[in-house]
Amino acid sequence: MPEKKLRILIAKPGLDGHDRGAKVVARALRDAGMEVIYTGLRQTPESIVETALQEDVDIIGLSILSGAHNYLFKKVIDLLKKEGAEDIPIFGGGIIPEDDMPYLKEIGVKRIFGPGTSTEDIVSYIKEMTNKS
Amino acid sequence: MSSFDELIKSMISGDRRALGKIITLMENDSSSSAYIIPRIHNLTGNAHIVGITGPPGSGKSSIVDKLVSCYRKDGLKVGVIAIDPTSPFTGGAILGDRIRMKQHYTDRDVFIRSMATRGNLGGLSEATGNTIKALDAFGKDVIIIETVGAGQVEVDIVKVADTVIVVSVPSMGDSVQTLKAGIMEIGDIFAVNKADIEGVEKCILEIRMMLELSEKKEGWIQPIIKTYGNKDEGANKLYEAIKEHNKYLIESGHNEKKRIIRGKTELVNILQNLFIRNLYKTISEEEMEELAKKIANREKDPYMIIEELIPRLKKFV
Ligand code: B12
Ligand SMILES: Nc1nc2c(ncn2[C@@H]2O[C@H](COP(=O)(O)OP(=O)(O)OP(=O)(O)O)[C@@H](O)[C@H]2O)c(=O)[nH]1
Ligand SMILES: [Mg+2]
Repeated sequence: MPEKKLRILIAKPGLDGHDRGAKVVARALRDAGMEVIYTGLRQTPESIVETALQEDVDIIGLSILSGAHNYLFKKVIDLLKKEGAEDIPIFGGGIIPEDDMPYLKEIGVKRIFGPGTSTEDIVSYIKEMTNKS
Repeated sequence: MSSFDELIKSMISGDRRALGKIITLMENDSSSSAYIIPRIHNLTGNAHIVGITGPPGSGKSSIVDKLVSCYRKDGLKVGVIAIDPTSPFTGGAILGDRIRMKQHYTDRDVFIRSMATRGNLGGLSEATGNTIKALDAFGKDVIIIETVGAGQVEVDIVKVADTVIVVSVPSMGDSVQTLKAGIMEIGDIFAVNKADIEGVEKCILEIRMMLELSEKKEGWIQPIIKTYGNKDEGANKLYEAIKEHNKYLIESGHNEKKRIIRGKTELVNILQNLFIRNLYKTISEEEMEELAKKIANREKDPYMIIEELIPRLKKFV
């Protein structure tokens, strides 16, 4: 029977090969009943945005442990705007210093989850966020 | 419904996001399909629909990736529907077929949509048929569908595809044995993938023997083609075979027959779903439960109950 399911894109942009976190999160979201589109490593911001459009995801999640988060988040957000898709919320996780949080928040990143976050927190955050909209 | 009309208009004019949204709407809610399909149906029927099925991990996605490159070289526009199973325990899914198709992610003329089965058996999702129509109306020349990793009963692909490719891999024991009759019968083309590993010739022989035992397809001899999902070699031969099969379908008139059968399947499916939905609108879950109890404690038998229900059901059949 047809029913509404949350569709989440979990993507790893840039040359960062740390994929454990992304996989852990992807599995946790699946276990929470969501449909997770996992694109694999080394995605460009362009390919992430294109995937989000084709898959019509409810949320985009970026996993970044390379240190290039400021650039990558900004680029994805700019491209979403260019496609008229800035209404798709974007959040993420990985190794992201406290000092960079204000900037990320300012450009529109909804939330960052750092190392050691329990996946339950991530699941309940998504459920809360999507209920509101 | 005006927002729907807007979306349909954008989709037809080539807006990829609108197409993505239309697919979601139809996937989530059959009344959306009932609104959308009538408005796009006359734009469909142009694409060649190619199905790829085979056991889990046999290389279906890798082959799709290679085929997409072949089509793109000829300047054709491609839609891909990649289906993965929904977990029966959690209702969630990880849709990962796309990972093998990275080289096409930013090609504007390739549209890849991942879908979960959402409990549908048969190797496809319930919305696959309507998604094919959306991609067709969007102007795709070819639509490739990757089924879930299939064993023997997941043969619904034959109901939606013009050309079915069955992928198998050489392996230690009886490789083809695992494919069993059901799935062998639906193949128009056989791809023996991972042809770089040992046992290819044996696998080909097994398929050939299997085909000799099964019913012939009139006027078409199913080719068996070696493929390599991890290199470009072999993909061209498969591509040529697909084109050859399409030509055969058109020239032999089988295309037309297939379309009529498909139309019938669609009708029956929609009617079935309509009936079930109306059934639950007329008779509540609780009442159904009460009736079931009567059957369970032998107070009544199912036919007796149906006899009593028929007057109430008449208004929608
Ligand atoms: C394991 C590991 C590796 C493994 C990676 C294996 C793999 N396939 O993932 C290997 C050995 C390959 C590796 C290599 C390197 N690593 Co390393 N690695 C680590 C280590 C120790 C743990 C990372 C990990 O897997 N954690 C477990 C997972 C589950 O946690 P997580 O990724 O943080 O994810 C959690 C949250 O962040 C969040 N989350 C993550 N993603 C997402 C996404 C979304 C949408 C959401 C909501 C949440 C979320 O939820 C998760 C669950 O809690 C960290 C140090 C650390 N303590 O973090 C360094 C670390 C990440 N590595 C580092 C470095 C420098 C490297 C190398 C460059 C080393 C080198 N000089 O060669 C290479 C680069 C490899 C490459 N190609 O990118 C640095 C990065 C520094 C930086 N960013 O400034 C770190 C921080 C170590 C350090 N302190 O210096 N590494
Ligand atoms: N050696 C070898 N490996 C291959 C070949 N084709 C694909 N593979 C590998 O086989 C694995 C599975 O390939 P996929 O294309 O994901 O297979 P699939 O049939 O789509 O898998 P599911 O969708 O999970 O059922 C991957 O690791 C591929 O790299 C091939 O020709 N030779
Ligand atoms: Mg696959």
